[in-house]
Amino acid sequence: MSRYGLAWPRYWICFQTIFVKEILRFARIWIQTILPSVITTTLYFVIFGRLIGDRIGSMGGLPYLDFIVPGLVLMGVITNAYSNVVSSFYSSKFSRYIEELLVSPAPNWVILAGYVAGGVARGLVVGIAVMVVAACFTEISIHSYSVTLLVFILTAVLFALGGFINAIFANSFDDISIVPTFVLTPLTYLGGVFYSIELLPEFWQGVSLANPVLYMVNAFRYGLNGVSDIPIGIAFGIISLFILVLAAFSLVLLRRGVGIKH
Amino acid sequence: MSVNPMHALEVEQLTKTYQGGFRALKGIDLTVAEGDFFALLGPNGAGKSTFIGILASLVNKTAGRVRVFGDDLDREPERVKSAIGLVPQEFNFNLFLPVEEVVLNQAGYYGIARREAKVRARRYLKQLDLWDRRDSEMRKLSGGMKRRLMIARALVHEPRLLILDEPTAGVDIEIRRSMWAFLRELNAGGTTIILTTHYLEEAESLCRNIAIINEGEVAESTSIVRLLDRLHTETFVLNLKGRVSELPQLGGFVLQHLDDCTLEVEMSREHTINGLFQALSRNGIEVISLRNKQNRLERLFLDMVDRGTQVAAPRPNSLTVPQPMISREDLA
Repeated sequence: MSRYGLAWPRYWICFQTIFVKEILRFARIWIQTILPSVITTTLYFVIFGRLIGDRIGSMGGLPYLDFIVPGLVLMGVITNAYSNVVSSFYSSKFSRYIEELLVSPAPNWVILAGYVAGGVARGLVVGIAVMVVAACFTEISIHSYSVTLLVFILTAVLFALGGFINAIFANSFDDISIVPTFVLTPLTYLGGVFYSIELLPEFWQGVSLANPVLYMVNAFRYGLNGVSDIPIGIAFGIISLFILVLAAFSLVLLRRGVGIKH
Repeated sequence: MSVNPMHALEVEQLTKTYQGGFRALKGIDLTVAEGDFFALLGPNGAGKSTFIGILASLVNKTAGRVRVFGDDLDREPERVKSAIGLVPQEFNFNLFLPVEEVVLNQAGYYGIARREAKVRARRYLKQLDLWDRRDSEMRKLSGGMKRRLMIARALVHEPRLLILDEPTAGVDIEIRRSMWAFLRELNAGGTTIILTTHYLEEAESLCRNIAIINEGEVAESTSIVRLLDRLHTETFVLNLKGRVSELPQLGGFVLQHLDDCTLEVEMSREHTINGLFQALSRNGIEVISLRNKQNRLERLFLDMVDRGTQVAAPRPNSLTVPQPMISREDLA
């Protein structure tokens, strides 16, 4: 034990502090952080599920409304986990209160874990809210609770890490909206949220397999409905691999002080 | 470098070269004793903030070693960070958080349990006269309050070394004096303090030792007393009882009119105030009051500038300054 006390209890307190700070942040401004996703997905359910979906019929062996529920839930998780970390961490850089953390003895991995956990929390809150909305339109049945929860969390972790890296490299508020607009949204829309990739020509099916969102949406669809375009084991393997790569990259950036130290 | 546990700070050959090639620090060697109240002075762009940034882990050093109470910054960063409290020059708050939450969060980052953090936050916010504003959002505080909050925030983990980068910049005289009293008390309690300031009176009033940094190098590191001993002249402003239209010639004193009732007198160290008064009395001039025209340390700086620009060879017993150190605008 050092004269500054045992390390692990200190790390835990530090993690809790960042985590709670992040939750309070998005809870304080819930009209900006939680409500928009709920309203957007409600409109999706009304337009694509009810008005247009009834004319589409079934997709992947499911009624169209049931088919799009997992994708829309995950879309909320992805965008919110990402947005929370990118906006919070970039704001702390912009207003320089990231220095409060940098001068403290908090290890980089604790800082990363705290911010990612905050993003996961917002992703889960929005995901649950969207599921509640979905339950107003169709009956939600959960095929596998463990798969559903695991995909929920892993997806949020992955995109929270993405948001963290985006925030580290961002030099302006414009930079934190470029990736969500030009990368995240196309990946999500082309990740099998609204259609089964079986509908695509063989070439585009192959291209779609390079999209990590496809694996998440299908794994989540398996958790809810027991139906997936992708073997569930492969889906988990791909998601875990992306998480490991992004987490390692984030820690390297923090250690070098990229974007936060001179 | 030998490790001396009595040293709060040992810096050896500290170098910083920024991207683009600008060399902010060119091999700084500096030692600060435990319990010292130490001033770090220098003109804008001298490298003070870079130096402090490296100590506080906000700037990556290029080369050199830093030890804080014997712990090496590279090998024991967590111990070094735990020992240092930083009061930065610029505000770095989340402006939307309440005052108390800012301090509690900082305690949390240092791994201090919530219950203990609340006790400390209460103690330091009260000491710095901010307890009544604990629920106010940061953006609603005045500049002086924000400065005091930065001190409370830096103290919540009870550091052994407190580093203040221009802590009283922009605060009014009353608050500045109360902050000085607080810092003196803190130092008397055993906390080592390193202070950068543009108010040279502040350094002279508070600090025992001083380092002058110029163009990324330590130009001088000594005690304030020794530094002030190098002053060869002092200037006083005298308020006179009556009008004086013509100035008398007084040997050893250079007199100058500021207005009819105010004189400026420059005197060398060989002469005394008593001698000045006697000479003035002999010429029928009565003095109501007197004050130093300017801070003595400031005068020393200006002398150094003048010597750097006008005198090729430095005089014996004077500071050796290779280039002009500070402009008059810097001191304004």
